[in-house]
Amino acid sequence: MHHDAQAPTENEIRAVAAPLASLEGPLLPMLHAVQHEYGCVPEAAVPVLADLLNLSRAEVHGVVSFYHDFRKAPAGKHILRLCRAEACQSMGGQALAEATLARLGIGWHDTTANGAVTVEPVYCLGLCACAPAAMLDDRVVARLDAARLDRLLAEAGA
Amino acid sequence: MKDFIIPQFPPGSDPQDERDMGTPARSGAPVSLSIDGFAVTVPEGTSVMRAAAEAGIMVPKLCASDNMEAFGSCRLCVVEIEGRKGTPASCTTPVAEGMVVHTQSGKVKRIRKGVMELYISDHPLDCLTCAANGDCELQDAAGQVGLRDVRYAPGQNHFDPSGSGARSQAEARLRMPVDQANPRYVPKDESNPYFTFDPSKCIVCSRCVRACEEVQGTFALTIEGRGFDSKVSAGAATDDFLHSECVSCGACVQACPTATLQEKSVIEMGTPHRSVITTCAYCGVGCSFKAELNGDQLVRMVPYKHGKANRGHSCVKGRFAYGYANHRDRILKPMIRDRIDEPWREVEWDEALAFAAGRMSALQQKYGRRSIGVITSSRCTNEETYLVQKLARAVFLNNNTDTCARVCHSPTGYGLGKTFGTSAGTQDFDSVEKADVVMIIGANPTDGHPVFASRLKKRLRQGARLIVVDPRRTDIVRSPHVEAAYHLPLRPGTNVAVVTAMAHVIVTEGLVDEAFIRERCDWDEFQHYAEFVSQDRHSPETMQPLTGVPAADLRAAARLYATGGNGAIYYGLGVTEHSQGSTTVMGIANLAMLTGNVGREGVGVNPLRGQNNVQGSCDMGSFPHELPGYRHVKLPDVRKIFETAWGVEIDPEPGLRIPNMLDAAVEGTFKGLYCQGEDILQSDPDTHHVAAGLKAMECVIVHDLFLNETANYAHVFLPGSSFLEKEGTFTNAERRINRVRRVMAPLNGFEDWEVTQALANAMGANWTYTHASQIMDEIAATTPTFEGVSFALLEEKGSVQWPCNEAAPEGTPTMHVDHFVSGKGHFIVTEYLPTDEKSGPRFPLLLTTGRILSQYNVGAQTRRTANVVWHPEDVLEIHPHDAETRGVNQGDWVRLASRSGETTLRATLTDRVAPGVVYTTFHHPATQANVVTTDFSDWATNCPEYKVTAVQVSPSNGPSDWQECYNEQAERARRILPAAE
Repeated sequence: MHHDAQAPTENEIRAVAAPLASLEGPLLPMLHAVQHEYGCVPEAAVPVLADLLNLSRAEVHGVVSFYHDFRKAPAGKHILRLCRAEACQSMGGQALAEATLARLGIGWHDTTANGAVTVEPVYCLGLCACAPAAMLDDRVVARLDAARLDRLLAEAGA
Repeated sequence: MKDFIIPQFPPGSDPQDERDMGTPARSGAPVSLSIDGFAVTVPEGTSVMRAAAEAGIMVPKLCASDNMEAFGSCRLCVVEIEGRKGTPASCTTPVAEGMVVHTQSGKVKRIRKGVMELYISDHPLDCLTCAANGDCELQDAAGQVGLRDVRYAPGQNHFDPSGSGARSQAEARLRMPVDQANPRYVPKDESNPYFTFDPSKCIVCSRCVRACEEVQGTFALTIEGRGFDSKVSAGAATDDFLHSECVSCGACVQACPTATLQEKSVIEMGTPHRSVITTCAYCGVGCSFKAELNGDQLVRMVPYKHGKANRGHSCVKGRFAYGYANHRDRILKPMIRDRIDEPWREVEWDEALAFAAGRMSALQQKYGRRSIGVITSSRCTNEETYLVQKLARAVFLNNNTDTCARVCHSPTGYGLGKTFGTSAGTQDFDSVEKADVVMIIGANPTDGHPVFASRLKKRLRQGARLIVVDPRRTDIVRSPHVEAAYHLPLRPGTNVAVVTAMAHVIVTEGLVDEAFIRERCDWDEFQHYAEFVSQDRHSPETMQPLTGVPAADLRAAARLYATGGNGAIYYGLGVTEHSQGSTTVMGIANLAMLTGNVGREGVGVNPLRGQNNVQGSCDMGSFPHELPGYRHVKLPDVRKIFETAWGVEIDPEPGLRIPNMLDAAVEGTFKGLYCQGEDILQSDPDTHHVAAGLKAMECVIVHDLFLNETANYAHVFLPGSSFLEKEGTFTNAERRINRVRRVMAPLNGFEDWEVTQALANAMGANWTYTHASQIMDEIAATTPTFEGVSFALLEEKGSVQWPCNEAAPEGTPTMHVDHFVSGKGHFIVTEYLPTDEKSGPRFPLLLTTGRILSQYNVGAQTRRTANVVWHPEDVLEIHPHDAETRGVNQGDWVRLASRSGETTLRATLTDRVAPGVVYTTFHHPATQANVVTTDFSDWATNCPEYKVTAVQVSPSNGPSDWQECYNEQAERARRILPAAE
């Protein structure tokens, strides 16, 4: 991942997205590529992608804003997703999440002061049988309890 | 309410039915079903909702409308169908044979009430103070389902700015005057000058989003976010309506079932209580509108669902930009002055007419019968135009009549007359829905003819292919969901070379439709023409260095047009306004004949007319050599018809064209002019020459809404009436004669034709028309193509396309169906001759001119509306390379100079224009782009060569000498002394 303090230019975004233009249904792959490159989908990417795919700005904005995973600003170094769906709630996920947020002193979608971890809600990771579940970056973790969550946060540097 | 898709009416139904049938009409095999016990038969593919509506049963709905495809999101239109599970949405369920539908079962009624309760739980209860009160589909639906209570406790919502649990916004303001406590509440977006967007009233039915996509084809709106956070968004996150891609066509406002998208005029004036169907007075598309009023106050213009040109659609000009009609600049009292350096003197009508008539008669006595003339207007009605040319022929007793079509589509009349035998387009606008390949030459429909462009884009999204021949990369070349297969960016002035090279490809590659040509066209002429175009000097490869069009693209485009199915050509002033304008028109007609693309739906040759009544003003005998119906004034039998009708002897000599009038004025032989509804000083080429001609005349009578630029040189000003204030007809680009209806009394006291009649009578005539319909009766009696036309027929049919006569009593949507009007189609050799206007060391760039969506022609109307927010001044488009070598930056003032003159304006850097080409519009008198254009013109018709001027561009500090000098003169010439009390 490339973290440039400066906002990417139109040409830089174009260079990231253009190679994907020949895919079938290229908009989502392009958005993922942009987010992978910059940690978010910057507002400046909307007109660039619209032009590449001959869509309107509104259409691209509609897609970007529909998916919570596409971020407006870069997240912390790691993203911890805590499941808030029914099965996890019934197994104490809710209380665990609230306690964790309180301990970190942040709310949902926020990033710890040291920039290490952003905590996001997620609605079902498909691990209901071993709830409560979470996901740190690309790795799923099941049968969470306070201790296991602490280890995860420590690993992420929170 | 509105139906962008061609409505199909079952026999016996009322074609003027304005109900919203819920989903679009379908055509297909008949299907019979039962709805609430009534037997209904509808075409296959029809929705249950529409079938019910056909039977008079309106199923409650919110997200459906018959001008867009069903969406199935509001869940209000659920029904029960015997033998099927659940409660399907009637809008998305197609009918099936033998289906038994219940729209009013206890179950669906309970569901609808529950759904409605949910909607209203997030909607303010401010109906009495809402701008949509009485015109709200949400209100109607609540009534239909019998909503009596909302049982949900106040909770999270989008409407309560105070966040205090208020159920209405009025209550919320009492509780907390500042909008701050509810993060979900978003205040109104009032950025668009004509309508507001109030998200707090939105039910997220997506009708606006779908209207923008399906009807207008702009895709400027979207639903942002999801779930309870969903909201309508114009453009991207940082845009508001004004700064989004929105073109302000009004389709979303019309589609909105609530007050979320609402005309500001309705907010200000209240809902209208009466309506009159009339015709837009802007471009040649000729959209039908419902003028909605309270008393004589116009509240809004809404596109008319059954208008056959627009099918319920509109653009920003017709929908919103009518405010000029009430603008404070309107002159309502006649004015006269002895000399143009004196201030104007307001006088009574009698005095003004006597003054004008006296001067004109005296000029004829002193300088001869042919020393005065008229200019008719393409903005006025057929009846008014007919009377003005009649004034010249029957009262002045000469043929000195010309029209502003001289400067736009006169080559169309000539070129199509010579090849097809009729001076008009061959199709109706519906035809585009059957086209497979559309070729646009020298036209910019998304700006100039936006409603046609929307219909075209819809067809392109269905898969039709597009070829664009234009020096600029216009929006239609590439815009969301539309992309031209080929854009041929030719150098200005090389149209004939490109069109002939296309013919070369079609002939030499054996793509001609020989059967069509043998049957329909003159075979000898074809062979001669084929031999001519086959010469190697016309090949795309040979032409490429001259035209700048890559030969491979040109070959591919020609092949596509010839072999891609129904091929339709649409062209505009980029074809006609050249020294070889008429030649290009003939070349286009040749292409259509070569490929058999004439005489059925989906094909043809279609001029896109600039002004509302260009076609009509030409039809009405405005040209100096033609009596009404394009019949030469030299023909004794034609003169005889009018001599009998008018009781005068008609001059057999053709009169003067506008440029000849001006030349003769400078020479001292042409002394008096009656100019109705046209601003020749701003619109005609080579402003210096026009000014010199007008200055040399001894009596210039301007009949107009405003003190236009020409009026600065006038001695008599007769106030005109707007299209809202008179009866008559306009004829649009598809030869459709549409009714213009008086929706309010003329502010100046008289319809324009009454003023012309009074002037004629003051000069000794004895005209006694009391209604515009009598003038149409006279036109019908004297002109064979209009033989069957009468106001009574127009009332009955809505509109008809000429020819309308015994052979075609209901008019003629497609021309040349079995044979060309003139018998055989004529191929005419189109030799390319470069214009004399060449770029060189002093003037190395080529200027071409055009217009923009929000402004119209010389801007007399649109500059007097809020449309100026989109285009406050004319700017010069220049390629970044050309700008760089001249030291010109974005937004800089530049001096634009040609052999004729110079002006100054701001530059914008864009690669829309090729290097070597610059472009500007001519909407603003401050710029006066026509100071720069030359007096070169079409060889056949004198149509000016606006589209090619060799120019130089250089940085500048301020206005040119001419601009300063002219402004001073204009200010002096506009002084008015009020009438003595």
